[in-house]
Amino acid sequence: MKSQHEIKMWTPTTLLLLLFMAAGLVIIIYRLMAGLGAVTNLNDRFPWGLWIGLDVLGGVAMAAGGFLVAGAVYILNMKKYKPIARAAILNAFFGYLLAAIAISLDIGVPYRIWHPIIMWQIHSIMWVVAIHVVLYTSTLATESSPMFFEKLRMEWAANVVHKILVPVVLFGVLLSLLHQSSLGAVYLIVPKKLSSFWYNSQLPTLFLASAIMMGLSMVSLETIISGKAFKHNIDIGILSGLARGTMIAAIVYLAMKLWFLAKGPGISALFNGTMEANMYLLEMIIGVIIPLFLLLMKNARENITSIFLINILVISGILLNRLNVAIFGLYRDASARGASYFPTWMEFVVTLAFISFAIFGFKLSAKYLRVFPEAEAQH
Amino acid sequence: MAKSVLIDLTHCIGCRGCQIACKEWNERSVKKTTMNGNFTNPKELNSECFTHIRYVEQELNGAPVWSFVKNQCLHCKNPACASVCPVAALKKTKEGPVTYDFSRCIGCRYCMLACPFYIPKYEWEKALPWIRKCTFCSDRVSADIVPACVKVCPTNTMFYGEYNDVVKEANNRITKNPGKYVNHIYGKDEAGGTSWMYISGVPFETLGFNMDIPKQELPDLTWAYIRKIPAVIGVVLAAGAVAWAITRRNKNMDKEE
Ligand code: SF4
Ligand code: SF4
Ligand code: SF4
Repeated sequence: MKSQHEIKMWTPTTLLLLLFMAAGLVIIIYRLMAGLGAVTNLNDRFPWGLWIGLDVLGGVAMAAGGFLVAGAVYILNMKKYKPIARAAILNAFFGYLLAAIAISLDIGVPYRIWHPIIMWQIHSIMWVVAIHVVLYTSTLATESSPMFFEKLRMEWAANVVHKILVPVVLFGVLLSLLHQSSLGAVYLIVPKKLSSFWYNSQLPTLFLASAIMMGLSMVSLETIISGKAFKHNIDIGILSGLARGTMIAAIVYLAMKLWFLAKGPGISALFNGTMEANMYLLEMIIGVIIPLFLLLMKNARENITSIFLINILVISGILLNRLNVAIFGLYRDASARGASYFPTWMEFVVTLAFISFAIFGFKLSAKYLRVFPEAEAQH
Repeated sequence: MAKSVLIDLTHCIGCRGCQIACKEWNERSVKKTTMNGNFTNPKELNSECFTHIRYVEQELNGAPVWSFVKNQCLHCKNPACASVCPVAALKKTKEGPVTYDFSRCIGCRYCMLACPFYIPKYEWEKALPWIRKCTFCSDRVSADIVPACVKVCPTNTMFYGEYNDVVKEANNRITKNPGKYVNHIYGKDEAGGTSWMYISGVPFETLGFNMDIPKQELPDLTWAYIRKIPAVIGVVLAAGAVAWAITRRNKNMDKEE
């Protein structure tokens, strides 16, 4: 248990995180009192903005690592990844919690967030998404509950959860597969509004494939960072394994993206200099092309520094993809009559506060719960 | 059965009577507007304005042409806005109107994203905002009274009736008056067909109509995905259980060895 208590709580970084969270909280209270118009630059032509694009779509994609690692360890019995299972699941839990809070603040009538649970409308992707968020957040809570039960010295409860863990994990995998792809399906309804660089009938599959890339990179990045911060050995075998997973997902993703690029606007449209073409190029070069180029080299997959770099690239690129789908890809159609959208500083601060909340929450857990049981055993 | 309206743009004189009548009947207030070098006022529909006239000045064949375009919800036959609403706050009624029930709405604004015509508007300035759009005067229509805007129009720009009669009327006007209309009923096929349709003497594309609206019913696009979910659930659960059983057996065999 030595490593845990070595984690310093009140570092300058933590204080900065708390500062962002406090600022975010003030703005959130203001948003609840004064409404969305007072806080955001959203308007009738741009009903969704930064909070949906980054916090919800991006946050959920980042959380994909949870179901992948949990599935690998508990369903496929890949014991190698056991040491990072708790961290990955906990991280996904924070990701989803965040997305759920972000959604609650983004909808106009936050106290009705529960309506979809009783008011069913099975034709709506948004309903499907809402049900998934509820079910999967509960699943993640169950999956990470043993850590809390241990802390509370409720071993019997932890044992109960351990007994049902396999079906719970399987349920979580199922929900995640559906949820990640459903977020892409949200945009199936806007065939002409969304630029053909991003719109196609396989948006759900593309969202799933890119979420897998992003989720694995996120877990890998976290393993590296917490390894450094908590000073335990980083198992390079785990990181290489995750990198291989990212590589396979990236190959599938790239192939699909190219296929739909050729089918949609055409390959040559890439270089027509429009905002859409440039954003598409940017997203693909950062998130897929360079990382894949590196990943295909075996020694890059076995070196912490290059893996770190790849992770950062993939995460940024896929985040950009979500922003492209949610904002830039819709921009031309929505701005046809002169409307425009750029987030207010308050939208940015709330987003920063959300991210800080996730990092802070994870740090807190790493200090007080047994997130890395195997690493402790090393000491 | 389903009511429908034909807007004959050749009749409209741009008096804005409909704009006022709509405001009165639906108890809408006003929003501050600014000069924009154009008679269109407000410039766009908003949460207080369910219908307005768009004024279009242009030159066609060397002559100046002034057109007046009434704008409002088209009440699609299979509306994207209603299909995406997670809580069924928006509904297509059998009488024709697409209605809204605030007591259900969570304010996710997916309807605004989904509508190909950018019709649903939001009360951004309020703490508890409603989605607002033309109601097709559903309260009047269900009581068999014509919508307020239709009723007030001094030039009979709008023809109100059963859907089939309205389409027939549109076709009649186009065929009986060669050269008067362009040969297109806007809304007949757009978005899979809408309850409000337009005929016009000048090309629609010059009047600010979006000609790039998909011709299919948009909800089919998302349903194609949702429809598959039960099968996916079955396959994933089965595959997961099998994978677990196999890998566990392998593990146990490892132990025995
Ligand atoms: S025009 Fe838009 S708001 Fe009106 S019914 Fe169709 S989809 Fe709904
Ligand atoms: S904003 Fe309201 S009416 Fe529109 S889709 Fe969401 S819940 Fe339905
Ligand atoms: S039908 Fe009623 S709500 Fe719609 S524009 Fe006419 S008056 Fe307004």
